Amino acid sequence: MLFLIKTLRALMRNPQGAIGTVLVFLLLLISVFGPFLAPQDPESFNFGSRFAPPSAEFLFGTDWFGRDLFSRILVGARSTVLLAILATFIGTASGALIGIFSGFVGGWVDELIMRTIDAIMAIPGLLLALMILTVLGSSSLNAVIAIGVAFAPGMARISRSTTLAVRELDYVSAARARGESKLWIIFSEILPNMVAPVIVEATIRVAFAIMTLATLSFLGLGAQPPSPEWGLMIADAREHMFRSPWPILAPGISIALVAIAFNLLGDGLRDVLNPHSQE
Amino acid sequence: MTVSYVIKRLIYLVFTALLVSLIVFSVTQLLPANAATMILGEYATDEALAILNSKLGLDDPAAVQYLRWLGNVVQGDFGISLRTSQPVGPTILNAFGRSAILAVTSLLLVCIIAIPLGVLAASRRGKPTDLGVSLVSYIGVSMPEFVLATLLLVWLASPSLGLFPASGYVPFSEDFWGALHHIALPVLTLTIVLTAHISRMIRSEMADTLEMDFIRAGRLRGLSKRRVLFRHALRNSMLPAITVIALDVGYLIGGVIVVEEVFAFPGVGRQLILAIQNRDLPMIQAGALIMAASYAVANLLADLAYGALDKRIKY
Repeated sequence: MLFLIKTLRALMRNPQGAIGTVLVFLLLLISVFGPFLAPQDPESFNFGSRFAPPSAEFLFGTDWFGRDLFSRILVGARSTVLLAILATFIGTASGALIGIFSGFVGGWVDELIMRTIDAIMAIPGLLLALMILTVLGSSSLNAVIAIGVAFAPGMARISRSTTLAVRELDYVSAARARGESKLWIIFSEILPNMVAPVIVEATIRVAFAIMTLATLSFLGLGAQPPSPEWGLMIADAREHMFRSPWPILAPGISIALVAIAFNLLGDGLRDVLNPHSQE
Repeated sequence: MTVSYVIKRLIYLVFTALLVSLIVFSVTQLLPANAATMILGEYATDEALAILNSKLGLDDPAAVQYLRWLGNVVQGDFGISLRTSQPVGPTILNAFGRSAILAVTSLLLVCIIAIPLGVLAASRRGKPTDLGVSLVSYIGVSMPEFVLATLLLVWLASPSLGLFPASGYVPFSEDFWGALHHIALPVLTLTIVLTAHISRMIRSEMADTLEMDFIRAGRLRGLSKRRVLFRHALRNSMLPAITVIALDVGYLIGGVIVVEEVFAFPGVGRQLILAIQNRDLPMIQAGALIMAASYAVANLLADLAYGALDKRIKY
């Protein structure tokens, strides 16, 4: 808890970190409470005001059915932001487990796991996600799994190198000499040392996960209509793109803003948690 | 750089390619329906399925199927498309040529734009130029290709303006200006996104280099600022830049898939998405393999360039 408060206070002194923290906090609020904040029903048609530009009634304008874009963005935040965080969590947790295991066990097991990871990382990220979706079929949740799996190898590499560095330190040797079990050593000596680098990496990955999730939905392999997922909203709006730019601008700018927010927070966290890499 | 290093890297490339081909093959093996079911449809009788299964060799063990597939691929035979009943090899090679035009043009433009931009930002650290470049690249990094591509499409290809065609492709051999017109927007999208990435990296590399002792020594010796910047600092930042650019080829390949889809450009990316939507197994395998192979080759070239340029490292 103390660590959390300390980090937050340091973040607030860092300009990038402060803006990022505030933006991400707002975003999480919107993602959780979006459906209650929406001024209109995101699915209700207003045929009298199709393709309306932004106004007091429709803050971001309306789409080809006259649906309120602002409400759709608010409701869609959940399926974009929260799912991207879930994807990052899956990738981080599984990657960290694999990395710790590989680094801790060492020997030929480590060699085998790391060479497999090299091979997986030789496939460009989006391509790997596409192939996983080919097997699983198209849906939001499968896109989340695909992104998680695509993220895992990179995380495994980071946590393995941290494990290797920590494993040789005196206090780990001391714990081993005391006769502590392997599991105890992993959880109370190695994991705490990995928290900082993994959190920094994970935060920046969230931005990437949001962009990838939206991209997969755009390609028709993630969220399915009529979900107000932001990437899907843009894909659907393309049919009418020359009538009004607002159905594309509203979700497009939202995606970029969310990615910027997480990038800022990640850069801020890196400065705060890792004094060595400060510019 | 010695011959043995090059040979070592080539062996590593073959090893990577084999592993990737194994992954690609396993992924398509995991699909619930096999090729025979795809061809005959869901109402096929069991006897018909059994006959086709044995004809296509789908009853053999997976290892045998993999080796047979790999043997054919090495000879350039990727099988027959389940969707069009045409051989996959020629289709994917044609598509690859078109995608390569997009990728290589963008990569060249990025090198021309991003490197000077990063150097400029690093040399004016904290000044308005630096902040401007950093801000724009921050936005560029946070903008997925499909959003930027669609916005450019709305802005520059609207029928009322008619500046650029919204979609399609014309071969360069037929109509040079038409071809240039068709690749303009896809290339512009890829260039902007990649420039944002790479100029950020170059800036931080250059900022580190400019802190080093030999740069200060150069300044103290009375060398001009420009000479120190371009002759001394840039040269030392070029090596990490090569690595960064090679890694970004992975992003570029993802970008090519998206951009081809947005602009209906008939390259490998569009073929791949089409194949995934239609569960066209041989086409999926060929598309994924050719893309992963290009990434591996780009990394090999970067490593070789690194070895050739860095006189300090003896391989």
